[in-house]
Amino acid sequence: MLNNTGHLLIFLVMFLSLTIIYKSYLELKINSQKISNSIYQLSLFQCTFAISSFLVLIVAFINSDFSLINVYENSHSAKPLFYKIAGAWGNHEGSLLLWINILVIFSYFFLIFNFNHLKKFRLLTLIIQNLLILGFVIFLLKNSNPFSALEPVPSEGLGLNPILQDPALAIHPPLLYLGFVGCSIYFSAAMASMLANYRGKSFALSIKSWVLISWCFQTLGIIVGSIWAYYELGWGGFWFWDPVENASLLPWFAITALMHSVMVLEKRDNLYSWVIILCLLTFILSVTGTFLVRSGILNSVHTFASDPARGIYILIFLSLMILSSLVIFFKFYKKENYSFNFKSKETFILINNWFMTFFLVTVFIGTLYPIFLDVLTDVKISVGPPFYNIVIIPLVIPLLLLMVFGPQFNWINSNKFFSTKLIILILGAVGVNLFIFFIFGSYSFLTNLIFISSIFLIFYSLIELKKVLQKKIKFNLPRIISHLGFGMLVLFIGINHQYSLEDDFNLKVGDEKKFSHYEIFFDDIKLKEETNYKAVIGNFRVKNIKNDTTQSLNPEIRIYANPETLTYEAAIKTRISSDLYLTMSNISRSDFYNIKFQNKPFMIWIWISALTIVLGGFLQLLNRRNEN
Amino acid sequence: MNLKRLIIIFFLFFISLNANENNNKLTEIYKNLRCLVCQGQSVADSNSEFASTLKLVVQDQVKEGKSADEIYEFLISKYGEWIVYNPPFNKKNFFLWVLPYLFLILGGLFIYVLIRKNRHNKAN
Amino acid sequence: MKISFYKIIIFVIVFFLLIVFWLGLQKDNSYNTKSLVGTTLSSFNLPSINNGDAITENYLKNNKFTIINFFASWCAPCRIEHKYLLNLSNNGIKIVGVNFKDKKDNALQFLNELGNPYEFVAQDVDGKASISFGIYGIPESIIVNDKLIVIKKVIGPINQQIYEEILENLK
Repeated sequence: MLNNTGHLLIFLVMFLSLTIIYKSYLELKINSQKISNSIYQLSLFQCTFAISSFLVLIVAFINSDFSLINVYENSHSAKPLFYKIAGAWGNHEGSLLLWINILVIFSYFFLIFNFNHLKKFRLLTLIIQNLLILGFVIFLLKNSNPFSALEPVPSEGLGLNPILQDPALAIHPPLLYLGFVGCSIYFSAAMASMLANYRGKSFALSIKSWVLISWCFQTLGIIVGSIWAYYELGWGGFWFWDPVENASLLPWFAITALMHSVMVLEKRDNLYSWVIILCLLTFILSVTGTFLVRSGILNSVHTFASDPARGIYILIFLSLMILSSLVIFFKFYKKENYSFNFKSKETFILINNWFMTFFLVTVFIGTLYPIFLDVLTDVKISVGPPFYNIVIIPLVIPLLLLMVFGPQFNWINSNKFFSTKLIILILGAVGVNLFIFFIFGSYSFLTNLIFISSIFLIFYSLIELKKVLQKKIKFNLPRIISHLGFGMLVLFIGINHQYSLEDDFNLKVGDEKKFSHYEIFFDDIKLKEETNYKAVIGNFRVKNIKNDTTQSLNPEIRIYANPETLTYEAAIKTRISSDLYLTMSNISRSDFYNIKFQNKPFMIWIWISALTIVLGGFLQLLNRRNEN
Repeated sequence: MNLKRLIIIFFLFFISLNANENNNKLTEIYKNLRCLVCQGQSVADSNSEFASTLKLVVQDQVKEGKSADEIYEFLISKYGEWIVYNPPFNKKNFFLWVLPYLFLILGGLFIYVLIRKNRHNKAN
Repeated sequence: MKISFYKIIIFVIVFFLLIVFWLGLQKDNSYNTKSLVGTTLSSFNLPSINNGDAITENYLKNNKFTIINFFASWCAPCRIEHKYLLNLSNNGIKIVGVNFKDKKDNALQFLNELGNPYEFVAQDVDGKASISFGIYGIPESIIVNDKLIVIKKVIGPINQQIYEEILENLK
């Protein structure tokens, strides 16, 4: 019964898309400046049906209705309620339904919030967005239907994968999709803008909030994913430059560049073509990312179960999107006059874009190169963290410095370049760095520069922050906070990377191991039985010889029955100054256990810095709300 | 003044770091090796049989005094380039390493020309 | 017509990308070392499982072809492929067995139970020696000629098809 309801609702969404496209097309020819109520109503109905279909799926999961293949494959009656619900979007078909929901919801809200913009522009945006919706709905119905029925109805489901039962992982997809899919709306708006010749400042104002919203959620989604990886996956890292991770980072660079460029378009009515390119590029990158992740073309620890037919469909959709955007772009392109000064904010935003695009190109090439090589020469290579670190890190240094200088310049023209205060700040940063260098042990020249430039940005931002709080300057608080967060992020990642202690060794129960200034005692093993797993818990004491403190850590090996899986739970002790990280895994046919021990300085500050970056974004959104 | 206070706070943070040496050379090597039987994990992160055997081999070779590059070469000759995460700079991988920087230069040139052309227009 | 030139370049790049994606879909993304056929074995020294003389690469130079088979008593697919090894050995093909990460008693019992197709049984208790042969899982077999060149790699158990292939080519 549920499957029929779900099917019906999706068909209604599809039917409404067609109707909206048709009616909007007709409305374009009418002269009045108002959009008729019927279009609003149709959009609202479309929203309602889409959301309802998603609720139907969630209800099916809550009720463990195994007559739906999707529920059967991804759920189990013994799953806790929260994870049953999260299971609705934690699989390919369900997440696709979530995509469609976001497409529809953003379509509706863009329509009603942009009421003071050109009718032709708004209708064209609606039409193009609905073409996207249509494409995804057809894909869902033909290939990835969450409402497909199963007969006879099985008594129990398959899906109790313990790794997926984690709160961070439950909210990671919705957050990320708000970013990924949210950028569809300004893709459509960009196409509409070209077709309707609705350019310049007005266009910038229509998409500004949407760019900001998608940026905030994309960033947050990536952060939550990293936090999950750190706490749950047991390798002590949070970013692996895995192709699936890169697929979420590519749009992020584009949205960041776009966010800055939209400012130029709004304030100076310049860079229109570039803004259009970025709008188109972002969603194209999102769909490319989806293609890479779901088609099975890549080998990664994150990939969904793959299906070649899926890949073909997404590729066709992607091709149509790219080709149509190219054709329209070239047809409607008008040469622009870039009339800005060298010593102006516009130049620095252009430079920011240059850096963002460089990072984007690097990650893009790194991720795709193995595929190219394999297809063209039949040779397989791996491109991993060393490549990205070598290419990207050096460029972060000038970026940090520019993040201090850039915002100081005024729009149009600026006279100042270097002030004595800035010079003092640089010297202060150099000083702190030298202190670290000489007292605590040397490190590479590059690391020196990273520390100096990130501390410089942090100092500068803190001083600006103080000024704002003392009401000396009113604006720019969001920018200061986000830039401060970025400086902090680079600094703490740098320190973490530089000063992390790691060791990997094999121990038997009763053994002890000494390394660096730690002594690790493997006291004993306890067995515990939980409701859906058996646990082998190790009791370890970690003694810090320097300050004679001891911590106890209890990593686990969990044996799940349904499906039979083994997971390794790391023992993590988080403190302000560092994290202690211990994992234990068994070695087959041996009494020994493989132990990985890490001391990771300032881990929690990495998360705090990253969240600070997002905080700036949300503050900016609030500001805009208050403005309007 | 303000700046001094900031600098002091930073000092205090770093004092808690307890001067540590850099990463173990072994761990660096493990991180650069790809686990052949896993789905996208390094030998450092993997708990597989193959990873543990490989770690033993790397330990032996490091004790013999081999450099990291020698170890990578050895493993590449046995398992192919796929086993190493840092793609060597050779004919095959030329574009991988060169294209990003090429793009950086072209992008910079483009911006420079744009601003230059504009100075010209302003002057006229 | 500067714009036209750029247009063409961009379309070409996009088409190129899309075609590569399309072709990439047809390819298998899992990795195997079959492409390392043609390399030469480095010298080795493996102890015998029976405390006899060790085996070195010189042994291989005596046979036109030798199959080096990596197995263990705890490996289930090894049991399944064992009969093909026996058949090959009965057809006069020389096979060297390398007992991988196993206990000597268990290995000997395995051979007692299922038959011994090996001219020589070496042992690799910690698995390190097998790395020099480019092994990453068992069962795995490599076929070398008298010049120590690897002419075939079998990843996983030998099945009927591979067995027939080997029989044909090595006779």
